[in-house]
Amino acid sequence: MLSEDQVKHIARLSRLGLTDAEIKKFSSQLTGILEYMDILNEVDTKDVEPTSQVTGLENVLREDEARDWVKGEELLASSPLEKQNNQIKVKPVLAEPEDK
Amino acid sequence: MDILSMTIKDAAIGLKSKKFSSVDLTKAYFDRIKKINPTLNAYVYEAKDEAFIDAENADKRIAKGSAAVLTGIPCAIKDIFCTKGIRTTCCSKILENFVPPYDATVISKLKNVGAVFLGKTNMDEFACGGSNEHSCFGPVKNPWDISRVSGGSSGGSAAAVSADLALFALGTDTGGSIREPASFCGCTGLKVTYGRVSRSGVMAFASSWDTIGTFAKTVEDAAIVLNAIAGHDERDSTTPNKPVPDYPKNINKEVKGLKIGVPKEYFGEGIDSKVREIVMAAIKEFEKAGAKIIEVSLPMTKYAIAAYYIATPAELSANLARFDGIRFGRKPHKEGKDLYDYYLAARGEGFGDEIKRRIMMGTYVLSAGYYDAYYLKAQKIRTLIIKEFEKAFEKVDIMISPVAPFPAFKIGEKIDDLLSMYLADALTIPINAAGVPALALPAGFAKGDGGVASSGAELPVGMQIIGPQFSEELLFQAGHAYQRLTNWHTMRPSV
Repeated sequence: MLSEDQVKHIARLSRLGLTDAEIKKFSSQLTGILEYMDILNEVDTKDVEPTSQVTGLENVLREDEARDWVKGEELLASSPLEKQNNQIKVKPVLAEPEDK
Repeated sequence: MDILSMTIKDAAIGLKSKKFSSVDLTKAYFDRIKKINPTLNAYVYEAKDEAFIDAENADKRIAKGSAAVLTGIPCAIKDIFCTKGIRTTCCSKILENFVPPYDATVISKLKNVGAVFLGKTNMDEFACGGSNEHSCFGPVKNPWDISRVSGGSSGGSAAAVSADLALFALGTDTGGSIREPASFCGCTGLKVTYGRVSRSGVMAFASSWDTIGTFAKTVEDAAIVLNAIAGHDERDSTTPNKPVPDYPKNINKEVKGLKIGVPKEYFGEGIDSKVREIVMAAIKEFEKAGAKIIEVSLPMTKYAIAAYYIATPAELSANLARFDGIRFGRKPHKEGKDLYDYYLAARGEGFGDEIKRRIMMGTYVLSAGYYDAYYLKAQKIRTLIIKEFEKAFEKVDIMISPVAPFPAFKIGEKIDDLLSMYLADALTIPINAAGVPALALPAGFAKGDGGVASSGAELPVGMQIIGPQFSEELLFQAGHAYQRLTNWHTMRPSV
C-alpha cells in the first residue's frame, strides 16, 4: 500500500512536481503494482547471489588520459538557460526541500 | 521489382549494378513516407536534407567501387539514438528541442559504411512501454489495422519496416521493445546478447538490461545489419572484447540435427490459443527439416515481470535524474523562485505519466528500508532466471516460443490497466533478464482476440528463437532456414 503521503514523499525525492489529481491516481496505481510484486515472496532466495552484470565482466579499465570529445560550447548550447562566463545560470538554491 | 519492397540484399545488388541510385531509392522512400506517415505516425522527424547529402555521397562511393553492403541503404533510427545535429527527443516533452552534439557509436558505425538515415522514429517515452501509446507525439498505428497498437517501445521502427517506409531500422530492447513490436507489425526483429552492440550515445533506460538491435524484412538482412553495428566499444565498458563473426557468411547452414527446446511455460495459461497453434506449427516446420524437438521447463518465467518492474524502474530513476531542464531540453513554463521549484516544474511538466510512475517506483524500491525487500530480491531472482536458462541450454541448442501472448490490441484498450499492459511482455522479459539473444520473426496470422470488437483484419503473430549468450549466428541460421521454408515474412500490409 502506498498512501498519498508516501507518494508525495517519493515525488519529492524524485524531484517530480505532481498535481493533487496525479498524487491520488499514482497512489492507487503504484499500490496495485506493489501488490503484484508480492509474488516474489514465493521464491526462496536465501544464499542466492544478486546479479547486476549479466555477462560476467568485472573491473573494466582503460588508461586515464584526456581525449578530444565534444567542445564545451557545444554542450552549453544544449542548455535552455542563460549562460555567463561559460557557465549556466540557474535559480538560487534557497530553501531546503524539507521546508516546502 | 518494386523498388520499395526489396530487401537490403536486393537493393545492394541494384545499387551496385546501377539499376537505380541511392538518391532514387531515398526519394522513393520519402515519397512513400509523405503518403503513409500521416496515417501511421511512425516517423517523428524526417531528416530530408541530410539524407540526400548522404545518398549523393553513397552514390559517389558506389561509383568508385568502394561500397559496403549498407552503402546507400535508407534506414530509420529510433529517436533514442543520439544523432549529431538532428533532433533527438526520446519522444519526451522534456527533450523536445534537444539536438545532440555527437553521434551514438552505432550511428557512427552506420555512417562509416554509408547508410542513409531517413529520419527518427516514434517510441514510448524513454523506451518505457509496450504499445507506443506513451509518446509525446501520439501513438503509432499498426499498419495491418490502424485501430490497433504497433507494440512498443520501438513501435515507429517496427511500423516503418513493416510498411516499407525504410529498408531496416534501429531499435532498443530492454524487456521486449524490439521483439514485441516486430511481432505485432509482422517484421523480423533482433534482440542481441547484452553487450554485443555498444550503448554509447543511446539514452539509457535500464543500463544493465538495455540492448541495441535491429528491425529488418528478413533474417538475412538483420544479420547484415548486425555485422555493421556489433562489437567492442571502449566508450561502453559492458561490450566484451569478443570476436564478431561474419554473421551472414554461414547463414545457409541447415537445421538438421539441431536440438530445439519448447519451454512449456511459454505456451501455458494466458497465451491466446491461435498464437499457440501458430508457433507450434512453426516448430513442426523445424521438425520436418530434421531438427529434434525437446520439451523444456523454465519455472521462473512467472516471476520475471515482477523482478523486471522492480529492477528496471530503479535503474531508470537513476538514469533520468540527469534530465532536470538545466543541461538539456526545455525550460518549464513556471520556473519558480528557486532551484528546487525549477526541478519540480521541469520534471513535472516534462515527463509523461508512465515515466513519472516508473521513476517513483524506482525511487521507492531503492529507498532506505525497501532496498533489500525489493531491489536486492529482484536481482537475486535475476540470478535464478539466468541459471535456469543455462540449465536449459545444456539440453538444447535453441528454444522457440511465442513473442507475445496475443496479437496487437486496440489503441486505448489497456492504457488504464497497467498490469494487463505489462503482461504483454511476459514472454520477452525473461530473455532480457538472462542477457541472452532472441530473434523475432513472423510465423502466421490471427484475428484480434479477447472479445474486443475486431475489424476482422488478420494480424501478424511472431515467434522468437532464443539462444545462449553470443549465439546470434546460430539464431540467424535457424531463422533463415525457417524463412526459406515459409513465406510469412514476405507478407505486407495494404496500408
